[in-house]
Amino acid sequence: MNKVYDNKAWLLILPMLALVAFSAIIPLMTVVNYSVQDVFDANTRFFTGTEWFVQMLNDPALQSALLRQFAFSLTVLCIEVPLGIGIALLMPKKGWQASAVLILVTLPLLIPWNVVGSIWQIFTRGDIGLMGWGLRELGYEYNITRSAVDAWGTIIIMDVWHWTPLIALLCYSGLRSIPEAYYQAARIDRASRWAVFRFIQLPKLTNVLVIGVLLRFMHSFMIYAEPFVLTGGGPGSSTTFLSQSLTTMAIGQQDLGPSAAFSLIYFLIILLVSWVFYTAIMNMQKDKEGGA
Amino acid sequence: MSQSKPTTPSEVRQRAAVEDKRRRRKARAVPGRLRPKLLLCLYLLFVLLPIYWLMNMSFQSNTEILGGLTLWPDNFTLEHYTKIFTTETWYMGYVNSITYVAMNMVISILVALPAAYAFSRYHFIGDKHLFFWLLTNLMAPPAVFLLPYFQLYYTVGLFDTHIAVALAHCLFNIPLAIWILEGFMSSVPKEIDETAFIDGYSFPRFFVRIFIPMIRSGIGVTLFFLFMFSWVELLLASTLTSTNAQPIASVMTSTSTASGIDWGTLAAAGVLTIVPGILVVYFVRNHIAKGFALGRT
Repeated sequence: MNKVYDNKAWLLILPMLALVAFSAIIPLMTVVNYSVQDVFDANTRFFTGTEWFVQMLNDPALQSALLRQFAFSLTVLCIEVPLGIGIALLMPKKGWQASAVLILVTLPLLIPWNVVGSIWQIFTRGDIGLMGWGLRELGYEYNITRSAVDAWGTIIIMDVWHWTPLIALLCYSGLRSIPEAYYQAARIDRASRWAVFRFIQLPKLTNVLVIGVLLRFMHSFMIYAEPFVLTGGGPGSSTTFLSQSLTTMAIGQQDLGPSAAFSLIYFLIILLVSWVFYTAIMNMQKDKEGGA
Repeated sequence: MSQSKPTTPSEVRQRAAVEDKRRRRKARAVPGRLRPKLLLCLYLLFVLLPIYWLMNMSFQSNTEILGGLTLWPDNFTLEHYTKIFTTETWYMGYVNSITYVAMNMVISILVALPAAYAFSRYHFIGDKHLFFWLLTNLMAPPAVFLLPYFQLYYTVGLFDTHIAVALAHCLFNIPLAIWILEGFMSSVPKEIDETAFIDGYSFPRFFVRIFIPMIRSGIGVTLFFLFMFSWVELLLASTLTSTNAQPIASVMTSTSTASGIDWGTLAAAGVLTIVPGILVVYFVRNHIAKGFALGRT
């Protein structure tokens, strides 16, 4: 669409800007403010400069939380993206079945995040949970409060359960926009199932997949409620992710300066990744417009 | 394959062989077509199993839950649901959650509609940077803003009110709404705007009378997403409230007491948080596919 250059458009944006600025800029500036000061009480505070940042970047507990966070985000992306594409390909296209499957698949996305944690807590407990009990009956010593491997596995399965639907629905909507003529042409060419996927479906999916990977990356990077309810970050600190370390530090220990510095580092990482994705999306749109 | 009748015996034989081959291929294709269904059913089973277990728990008494594993409630009981619907803190938890979600939906859509229109129709100074800035808010981890939010809303005297949570959720819901609506609006041809202005419509009248009805389904989908993200977010909601506007999530933590966890009530409360989601998704089921691509398919 060729847009008109008109700065009066700012008037349409102002109400939104006022609201978002109230919710975003004031709190962010508060964080920046804390991150460069050492606050003792309301009247005594010292300017510390970059001290907190240096301290945070060298903190081994946070470094390991950061590594865990990246490992977790990459693992869930590697499982959820192919699985989501697969499910989207399997979903029926029309009729009552399509609606029913759509609603069932969407279901996990609409459950409050701490309830997701509760559901899996109930489901995986050794004494009252179907999965915990079942695995024990099969002879596996399953215990998420003692074994770090079990805790990790369970959190990843939980995340796959919770968020694969998002990728699946994104891909499903991408697949539905492919004109039937493309498939007819493929049939005339006797294209194999794989060729249809590789040369017709996958190119159409790249657009939605970038959005999906972006949303999944940032949500997995901010994961808080589910592991907090399920494992409480344990055993030890094996499932303590960034959000939780931050919340413990800010609310639990009231370490304003360090936690503010940490917040900013955390935010900058997310910002960097988002920027990469955003540029990718924008370039893709440009290519599409140029090609059309 | 031509429809003309075969004339020579060799042609008849050839045709018969082709037909035979096709029939055989069809016969083989049937089990092949069943397999996708089977895989899909396996996945749906995986989705539903934990939810089934939650429901199973919610209909059992606590002694039965702890007594042993039963796949189906032996003594079907509604005691946990009765408890939730008769205790004020419990049912008010749901009312509070729905109140701030509804407020947030109204505020977000009202300010997002004109802003999305501006982004989809005009170039202006800083439009790209502004759009990216909005997107970064969508990605801001709530944990980062937890403490400043608490202090900010406490200072302006909004702490423990519904509007505080509704405003806090605007942080990620307004950018999301603009992102989705912009996609839907860009698929409406610009000629419609121009024709309306030539016909003498003023901008507000055109926007309300012509433009909004044209993107009805887009607005529906957007509202669905606003509902979804406001309904599932609980970290900010429980931090910004204490008693008057306590969301259901904080009430649920009260099931865990010194004498153990009240599993039955926890499960029943969990089941009840799923219900509004099912209702909402049922209404938008026909448009949801497009909405998930944020209007960009």
